[in-house]
Amino acid sequence: MIHSLFLINNAGDLFLEKHWKSVISRSVCDYFFEAREKAVEPDNVPPVIRTPHHYLINIYREKIFFVSVIQTEVPPLFVIEFLHRVAETFQDYFGECSESTIKDNVVIVYELLEEMLDNGFPLATESNILKELIRPPTILRSMVNTITGSSNVGETLPTGQLSTIPWRRAGVKYTNNEAYFDVVEEIDAILDKSGTTVFAEIQGVIDACVKLSGMPDLTLSFMNPRLLDDVSFHPCVRYKRWESERVISFVPPDGNFQLMSYHISAQNLVAIPVYVKQNISFFETGSSGRLDITVGPKQTMGKTVEGLVVTVHMPKVVLSANLNATQGTYNYDPVTKILVWDIGKLNPQKLPNLKGSLSLQSGAPKPEENPSLNIDLKIQQLAISGRLGSFISVGCDSLPAGPCDKALLLLTLF
Amino acid sequence: MTDSKYFTTTKKGEIFELKAELNSDKKEKKKEAVKKVIASMTVGKDVSALFPDVVNCMQTDNLELKKLVYLYLMNYAKSQPDMAIMAVNTFVKDCEDLNPLIRALAVRTMGCIRVDKITEYLCEPLRKCLKDEDPYVRKTAAVCVAKLHDINAQLVEDQGFLDTLKDLISDSNPMVVANAVAALSEIAESHPNSNLLDLNPQTINKLLTALNECTEWGQIFILDCLASYLPRDDRESQSICERVTPRLSHANSAVVLSAVKVLMKFMEMLPKDLDYYGTLLKKLAPPLVTLLSAEPELQYVALRNINLIVQKRPEILKHEMKVFFVKYNDPIYVKLEKLDIMIRLASQANIAQVLAELKEYATEVDVDFVRKAVRAIGRCAIKVEQSAERCVSTLLDLIQTKVNYVVQEAIVVIKDIFRKYPNKYESVIATLCENLDSLDEPEARAAMIWIVGEYAERIDNADELLESFLEGFHDESTQVQLQLLTAIVKLFLKKPTETQELVQQVLSLATQDSDNPDLRDRGYIYWRLLSTDPVAAKEVVLAEKPLISEETDLIEPTLLEELICHIGTLASVYHKPPSAFVEGSRGVQHKRLPPRAGSGESTESPDVGQSGPSEAPPAVIPSQGDLLGDLLNLDLAPPTATVPSVQPSMQMGAMDLLGGGLDSLLGGDIGGSPSVTAMPASLGSAPAVGGGLGDLFDLGGGVGMPTGSYVAPKTVWLLAMKAKGLEISGTFARRGGIIQMDLSLTNKAMSVMTDFAIQFNRNSFGLAPAGPLQVLTPLSPNQTIDVSLPLSTSGPVMKMEPLNNLQVAVKNNIDVFYFSCQYPLSLLFVEDGKMDRQVFLATWKDIPNDNEAQFQIKDIHLNSDVASNKLQGSNIFTIAKRTVEGQDMLYQSVKLTNGIWVLAEMRIQTEPFLLSDLKCTEPRIVYANLLHSQ
Repeated sequence: MIHSLFLINNAGDLFLEKHWKSVISRSVCDYFFEAREKAVEPDNVPPVIRTPHHYLINIYREKIFFVSVIQTEVPPLFVIEFLHRVAETFQDYFGECSESTIKDNVVIVYELLEEMLDNGFPLATESNILKELIRPPTILRSMVNTITGSSNVGETLPTGQLSTIPWRRAGVKYTNNEAYFDVVEEIDAILDKSGTTVFAEIQGVIDACVKLSGMPDLTLSFMNPRLLDDVSFHPCVRYKRWESERVISFVPPDGNFQLMSYHISAQNLVAIPVYVKQNISFFETGSSGRLDITVGPKQTMGKTVEGLVVTVHMPKVVLSANLNATQGTYNYDPVTKILVWDIGKLNPQKLPNLKGSLSLQSGAPKPEENPSLNIDLKIQQLAISGRLGSFISVGCDSLPAGPCDKALLLLTLF
Repeated sequence: MTDSKYFTTTKKGEIFELKAELNSDKKEKKKEAVKKVIASMTVGKDVSALFPDVVNCMQTDNLELKKLVYLYLMNYAKSQPDMAIMAVNTFVKDCEDLNPLIRALAVRTMGCIRVDKITEYLCEPLRKCLKDEDPYVRKTAAVCVAKLHDINAQLVEDQGFLDTLKDLISDSNPMVVANAVAALSEIAESHPNSNLLDLNPQTINKLLTALNECTEWGQIFILDCLASYLPRDDRESQSICERVTPRLSHANSAVVLSAVKVLMKFMEMLPKDLDYYGTLLKKLAPPLVTLLSAEPELQYVALRNINLIVQKRPEILKHEMKVFFVKYNDPIYVKLEKLDIMIRLASQANIAQVLAELKEYATEVDVDFVRKAVRAIGRCAIKVEQSAERCVSTLLDLIQTKVNYVVQEAIVVIKDIFRKYPNKYESVIATLCENLDSLDEPEARAAMIWIVGEYAERIDNADELLESFLEGFHDESTQVQLQLLTAIVKLFLKKPTETQELVQQVLSLATQDSDNPDLRDRGYIYWRLLSTDPVAAKEVVLAEKPLISEETDLIEPTLLEELICHIGTLASVYHKPPSAFVEGSRGVQHKRLPPRAGSGESTESPDVGQSGPSEAPPAVIPSQGDLLGDLLNLDLAPPTATVPSVQPSMQMGAMDLLGGGLDSLLGGDIGGSPSVTAMPASLGSAPAVGGGLGDLFDLGGGVGMPTGSYVAPKTVWLLAMKAKGLEISGTFARRGGIIQMDLSLTNKAMSVMTDFAIQFNRNSFGLAPAGPLQVLTPLSPNQTIDVSLPLSTSGPVMKMEPLNNLQVAVKNNIDVFYFSCQYPLSLLFVEDGKMDRQVFLATWKDIPNDNEAQFQIKDIHLNSDVASNKLQGSNIFTIAKRTVEGQDMLYQSVKLTNGIWVLAEMRIQTEPFLLSDLKCTEPRIVYANLLHSQ
């Protein structure tokens, strides 16, 4: 099982170590540093590194490498999932997961790690349970603690720990009962030069924020659940009910959680909201080239496209760009060779255009590779898969008991 | 108010200051001090000097302080074992606390303190906690057993904790079940044969019930445990599959992959015509696709596993090609894996799309990725015949880009395409020749030279091209030199008139001016071949080459089966069997897929079920040098002189070993045997002679058995996964004075094997095949053939370690394989080994003590007469017998094939065994004077 954990920052400093079995010398990280060196970019460090006596499994999150050491045959996905959970827990506790916050809260971090893993076996990874065991730091609490001498550590056994619904604590009370569900959909698409879709898929998640008293039992149903190719549920969802009735029935955890994620790969359902006309060419002589990019709306269903950013990965020989943008700002970084054009809101009446010349390293041959364009955008209030729409309905099988007059369910979709 | 303040004290008296604070009366100050200590610990500072002061803080009601002290204890107890004892009382007291959280915390922490003295005190509290009323305490205690086992395995067994742990599998709380399973699995890993997880339908049912209710991590443990179960029939298999399928929708990817493993394994048992089988196949694809939208690290592990799944069951993902298309921002390790799977999924239906993608990739920035993409195009051409033409033209387009590494890579793959489709795409040679000057990598140069040599008759200026390479002959790498030598010889054989000078030049360069033995030897062979018999030379050098096939990069079926059983583990990431790299001497069980119910495949199934100890004896791959030297020695002599009866095909084979196979012998094959270093350890300690003698006695108590030479059962010498599908098992026998090697050759590959030949390395007793290996019919897939090979003892002699080690090379149409085996020394005991009594007495005295060895053989229930008879069957002759103090003494003689005599004195004792077993008799043999030369 998981033997040790080392946290290493981008500069290669090891700033935290935790061992769950015997202590393993930090020199084992030398193999990691070697691989880190070889990979050049931090993103490219292979996740599983073999050393003579151990295996190092690492993830790279928020400029921190989480390097775990294992000695026996352990499923690598198990370790990777766990490391992600550690990063998420830090995020959850401290607002952000960075070297400085970890150093600022090193004792809590240590207590958390000890609670999360016992002898390498995961112990408590649900944020609800952890928060009962170790309270997250707040300025108010630390002041109260200093005055009263009470501690951050829960004195009793977390109630959820052993029940069949370990994710929810008992005795939750709210004066305002609310539940919010956000449907976030991402399209991932590859288009070729002519604009034809090579590949497109939709990744969707439903994030929930449930603040309901007692033990609420909720259901959520879709208008057309057959479209979902694959779903992954939070453990709270009753799978049997989904199988038979295609209804999501669950007792929610308290607070924020991801209820489910789904995947839609049927390409005809995926409408690409914008189109891009691009022409990037390099001249045979004169060490220069031209660039002309126009972005326009395609299938936006009347909604506004926001946060539009076009990123172009230029060939190595491009030294600088002298461009003119009708909207937004552009920036070319000659070190990374990345041209970023931040457009912002897309105005369908006046299409944004970026045009100008590129200057190349003199004497270098005409670059062969085709620059690839990444386009990021956001559309509020629109599900691209276009079918979940307003068809989600939330029902309450058992209403929260408590002093509130009326269970109020507020739905914000999209 | 952050913890970073704990790091700021840098004054010299830091430790001193902390000490004072730790002993402060104020609770708050104490806690702050402990926090400071912990903070120093996390960054690796040594604060062990504060041990007594910190332990003093342990007696407290404040849970946070207690936890902090425990954290400290776990880290430093080992360095201060005596001081750690101070903490024991508090632990024992805490284990009885009213608060289950504290009970659990105490037992958990105690298990983490790796000090022997503490573990002694741990047993009683642990026993209580394992039966605690609170499931939280029980589940913590279950893990604690695993911890304790890691520190002191014997203690755990003696205290009966393992049985308690097994009982916990039936616990009412799913979390406790999951932890018990996890603990047992971990313990079982260090005891491969202990049968700790005794799975039967009842326990399986309990596990499946717990599976639905425990945490995600618990589900992983349970699923991994389920995967090692072997269902009785297809119906049980189906019902397990049905109950595992819902796990495919879990948000935790590790749960998903573990579920995939269980399903992939149990599916094997379902009849293919079952409706459910098809449903299951359909259900497997979506979760696998979803794994690819997770974080890149998860994607990587998933892709490595999908690679295996695609090879085993291509039908699952055949329509999902597009999800493997590379995204620009994928990390390189994900890109390379995706590319690999794209090729595996390439078929006639989707090849156009794949090629279009690959062509795009070939213009990317990352050099490694581009190279692999170009290579992928070549592999597509070889895999999908219909696409070959399009692939070649794509490659030509890429060559036109003149990007140096693209051109080189393209030429390497075009060579492979030529080998797959000879005489089809020669029109492109002209384009290739244009790029001759830009080739600077050895592999590309070698490939180009090969092409020129192979098609010399069609390239007008082939001699000029090769001559230009020859100018810098000594600066080239070996690979290029060897290739150049062969190419020029080919050219000469095709155009003898114009190239005489060139061939002489290269031969003299290779033989006289080179320090490289391979090059020199190959040069000499060509030289002699050309000078003695040019016609034969033509037949050898220009022989038709076997076509290469796409299968070359597929994983061997036996290995694939094993890996499928290990989906989701490190083994699946490295595509190597766990035995190849799991740390240390831990035995690893070879897992196999279960046989399909009611199908013809079950013929070989009886032993499959018992996942018993690994049945394969270690086969040592001999150092390549020795064998090579030997093969060369034998082959360089006129072939007819050494082995007169060898079939013609065998001679061709021998030539092949030297020609084409030479570089692979030296280079490639070493990499292909990852376990070389790990294996010999177990062999080195194997008794040289004792083992053989022990075998003689082990004849299962068969007193009335007809006397005859003992023949050991066949053992596997060469594993199929190491020998491209050829499995060899065998044994030795002595029949009527003739030594015979009984071999079973099994073809576990997908293609037919022919042209078998065998050779021995020099060995201690000069064993050599007395005739060729008689495998007359080709060995078709899944066929086994039994061969008896008579051996002579007139071969060359070289002392081996151990003495009875024999290194064997077996060749077939695919490759040459090496293994080593050990023959029982009794094989060499000749029939006229009975020594005259007087001579025996005289000799006995003459032999110096140095030549004497003694050992015991235990647990043999034979009296002296039976033993004597039995040994006589193996040509160990009793010369005299006498009885001293109630013990029978046998005096025996043995003669070996090389004329060495071995004299023995054997004492058979019948004394009661004092410790526990009173009936046990203990015969004892004193074997003296081994290998004394007369």
